[in-house]
Amino acid sequence: MNWDFGFIQEYRTEFIDGFFLTLKVSMAALILSLIIGTIIAIFRISSNKALRAFGTSYVEFFRNTPLMVQVFFFYFGLASIGYKLTEFWIGALALSIYTAAFIAEIIRAGIQTVPHGQTEAARASGLSFLQTMFYVVLPQAFKLVIPPMCNQFINLVKNSSILSVIAAQDILYVGEQAIAEYDPFSVEIFVAALYLIITIPLSQGVNLLERRWAKQGTR
Amino acid sequence: MDFSKLLEGNTWGILMKGLWVTLEVAVIAIILSFIIGIVLGILRYSKLPVLSQLATLYIEIVRNIPLLVVIFFAFNTLLDKLDSLVMIVIFGMTVFTSALIAEIVRSGLNSVPIGQIEAARAQGMSYIQTLIHIILPQALKRMIPPLVGQFVTLIKDTSLAAAITLPELLHEAKLIYSNPSYVNATIPILLLVAVIYFVVNYSLSLLSRQLEKKLAG
Repeated sequence: MNWDFGFIQEYRTEFIDGFFLTLKVSMAALILSLIIGTIIAIFRISSNKALRAFGTSYVEFFRNTPLMVQVFFFYFGLASIGYKLTEFWIGALALSIYTAAFIAEIIRAGIQTVPHGQTEAARASGLSFLQTMFYVVLPQAFKLVIPPMCNQFINLVKNSSILSVIAAQDILYVGEQAIAEYDPFSVEIFVAALYLIITIPLSQGVNLLERRWAKQGTR
Repeated sequence: MDFSKLLEGNTWGILMKGLWVTLEVAVIAIILSFIIGIVLGILRYSKLPVLSQLATLYIEIVRNIPLLVVIFFAFNTLLDKLDSLVMIVIFGMTVFTSALIAEIVRSGLNSVPIGQIEAARAQGMSYIQTLIHIILPQALKRMIPPLVGQFVTLIKDTSLAAAITLPELLHEAKLIYSNPSYVNATIPILLLVAVIYFVVNYSLSLLSRQLEKKLAG
């Protein structure tokens, strides 16, 4: 095997830009999917039948269809009726809509583990629905929700590589360009390493948090 | 937008041919991943020196890389050796999915109470006997629902291979609407593709839920 890392020098600025594009689109999608996911989760536990049905359909539909189809929808679909979004927003939107289905389920599970009696007690003490959520339910749900949320962010970073398919210049896209002139094996190793720089600390952090909180739980 | 195009020409036939490739790749990849995943999972669980660490290293690295990177990796380095897109995609997906299945196997193994293992060992069973007769049968039962979930993920992820022109469902859809006279049917075709994925995957999810109930009962 002939290692050749000369491409790092030549594509240095592209790789740096690509690295930050990957981070930026993942962050934008995280924020958007938290917003959409929270709304869907509230729909899922609402007492209104129509809202509940909508929430359930949303989760089931997007969990069972590929992210790539959503990306194609925003890319080719919108173009076919004369709309054009930037690659960044196509990626961010598709990632958010997809990830929101998973985040909604995490939030719902978190909220539902807080015993119902506590909500009733809070309401009986005169707290409003929102106050009950903010002061009673959410703080307790928080611990349960944080580790799987971090996992979703890891998935977002990994899934953001789909941007390269629509020619947004993320880490993977820059790598594919470098491959035209350099040893593919060396380039792919470097591309994988760039993703690992983001994902490994996150996944190790999740493991640590889970272990620490599991210990506190038994005390 | 022209929904009538869905019934014209050979749209339906082309999509079904694509779905067939998707299922073929997903089925072969899940079987291979299961075999490798079980070995990796047992190795990581085993605490055997070196082998256990190597399994952990493999699992942690592979599952933290995007699958698309793995697919491009296989495509760019193996094309001259394998000479078949289907084989390359199956290879890439197996490398990736076996790491995820190894984790399913490990948590299945961990869910067997330690008391049972101690009891089996106290009865004079060897480590391997305990693993085969006591731990694995119970662990396998608990692994079935997450394994079905992983299979659904594989069916979805096969669409990533459209990026290297594997003729699976999404790629075939793209071929249809790339035809100028079908451009105005792009959205209807993509919606239809989404529905096809949904029907296949949702049926599998329902099946898995039923299995879960049966196994719990």
